[in-house]
Amino acid sequence: MKVTEKDVSYVADLANLELTSEERTRMVRDLNSILGYIDRLNELDTANVPPMAQVSDRYGVDQSKQGSERFAYASREDVHEGLRKSLPHEEALQNAPEADGIFFKVPKVIER
Amino acid sequence: MATTPDTSLAARARYEPVIGLEVHVQLLTASKIFCSCSTRFGDPPNTNVCPVCLGLPGALPVLNRKAVEFAVRAAMALNCRVNETSIFARKNYFYPDLPKGYQISQYDKPLAEFGWIEITTGTGRKKIGITRLHLEEDAGKSLHEGFPDSDQTTAIDLNRSGVPLIEIVSEPDIASPDEAYEYLTRLKEIILYTGVSDCNMEEGSLRCDANVSVRPRGQKEFGTKTEVKNVNSFRFIREALEYEIERHIGVIESGGKITQETRLYNANEGKTYGMRSKEQAHDYRYFPEPDLLPLVVDEKWQAEIRRMLPELPEARRKRMVADYGITEYDVQVLTSTQALADQFEAAAKAAKNPKRVANLVQSELMGRLKARGLEIEQSPISMKGVAMSADLVESGAISGKMLKDLYDLCFERGQDFPAVYEKEKPQQITDTSAIEKIINEVIAANPKQLEQYRGGKKTVIGFFVGQVMKASRGQANPQLVNELLAKKLES
Repeated sequence: MKVTEKDVSYVADLANLELTSEERTRMVRDLNSILGYIDRLNELDTANVPPMAQVSDRYGVDQSKQGSERFAYASREDVHEGLRKSLPHEEALQNAPEADGIFFKVPKVIER
Repeated sequence: MATTPDTSLAARARYEPVIGLEVHVQLLTASKIFCSCSTRFGDPPNTNVCPVCLGLPGALPVLNRKAVEFAVRAAMALNCRVNETSIFARKNYFYPDLPKGYQISQYDKPLAEFGWIEITTGTGRKKIGITRLHLEEDAGKSLHEGFPDSDQTTAIDLNRSGVPLIEIVSEPDIASPDEAYEYLTRLKEIILYTGVSDCNMEEGSLRCDANVSVRPRGQKEFGTKTEVKNVNSFRFIREALEYEIERHIGVIESGGKITQETRLYNANEGKTYGMRSKEQAHDYRYFPEPDLLPLVVDEKWQAEIRRMLPELPEARRKRMVADYGITEYDVQVLTSTQALADQFEAAAKAAKNPKRVANLVQSELMGRLKARGLEIEQSPISMKGVAMSADLVESGAISGKMLKDLYDLCFERGQDFPAVYEKEKPQQITDTSAIEKIINEVIAANPKQLEQYRGGKKTVIGFFVGQVMKASRGQANPQLVNELLAKKLES
């Protein structure tokens, strides 16, 4: 067992989750099972494989292009409201649980 | 400063402070870093927002090339090594003004590293290292006060969410609050020269957090540090650091221990206060941002950006000393802002004697501005006006005393020098006999120079011209003086 109840509580806290004791027990089991699988992957020799942060780095790029050119398609010019316009104000606030017509409103932030 | 822990000078001398600074600078792009919403400051709340910067499900970031260009330009100006490949990462934390629940930043592979800038300290020049410079997005703005329901709710404006920032992290090379102040001043100056930010602290375009610790002099290991956040002027940062250093020494001297924590500075009281914060608050669980490709700034692109780098402040100062024959001190004054330096250079280049322009700016212009609390940009007398006045003094058309009077008039009337001069210029003496009278007196009073002239040293005529102009208090027509003098001396 690598992951303890204490670890689960810590991670749950960081994720703003409140877990019941049953849920905590289940999480300990699930996380250990996941990490057990990762351990199996760790058996592979990856000494000569460069770390990959992004799969699109390999797939979906024009292989004939190098350097900055290679990823240029995934960036844009600095044009204000170029690709997509900002949302109308009412629409932007529409899905908020609480708003006053100008601002989003959230329960008072005390920490700070 | 208000009451501080009891720290005698002797106790203070036993410790040395170690300071590192984190500076956030907002980049002057037209649109946000990952979406095309406007970055304009002061627009109505929540009007420059879209699914990307609101963190709505399914929205994807698309990188603004200009933000990369600006960040690289700043990195080059700060002598950083630009990494050809860098990676965006998610910094995870919960705060209402961060709608996605993570900030897109850079972590283990930042855009640039290993930079430095030079500062002037009491004991000479010193290099301050720059650990890293990376790109990230800004969060929105929380308004905790000022609404009828502020005791219950916090208002959120997400216009700033997604505005491009660079974070510049210094090495812990800074040894005093004064050095911290100087570092920030130089850093801001360089960034302003590059044109990638307006560095306006009131609008939050430049923000600074300071890490500070103390250790017994000679000890290698660092002491426990505290972080002072959200201080909104360089002066307050210096004060906050002074307070923190004394507090640290006081705690240690009285046998206590410093707690690693984030503190806020209260400028009214001149004190810092620990923030109430949860333990474990600083576990951001960074991981590579899966929605963005690696950022590749290859040699070709770097070369293009390097070509856009302007002449930087230090280089400019060196050149100006050489070009205008002015002192180290003069050049500091004349380059206190880029606008001033630009105006001065334009005027000096057009004037007969650049050094005189420099002198007039400092001896006559600066003092008058200061006395009236004006910035150079608000000066009634333009640099062109200074250059014109310098030329008039140079040719002897006006005396130093007259120049002072004319400058006073310019400030009184709020008019530039050419306009005031045109109205007030001394009536010229064009009466030949009157000028001849002065010439005769001058020649009679300077037999030695006359002898030199007649002995073949024709350049001495310049001396006589000057004397005649002086005797006429600058009012003789210079052309007539030249003609009449030449005739007289040859006779």
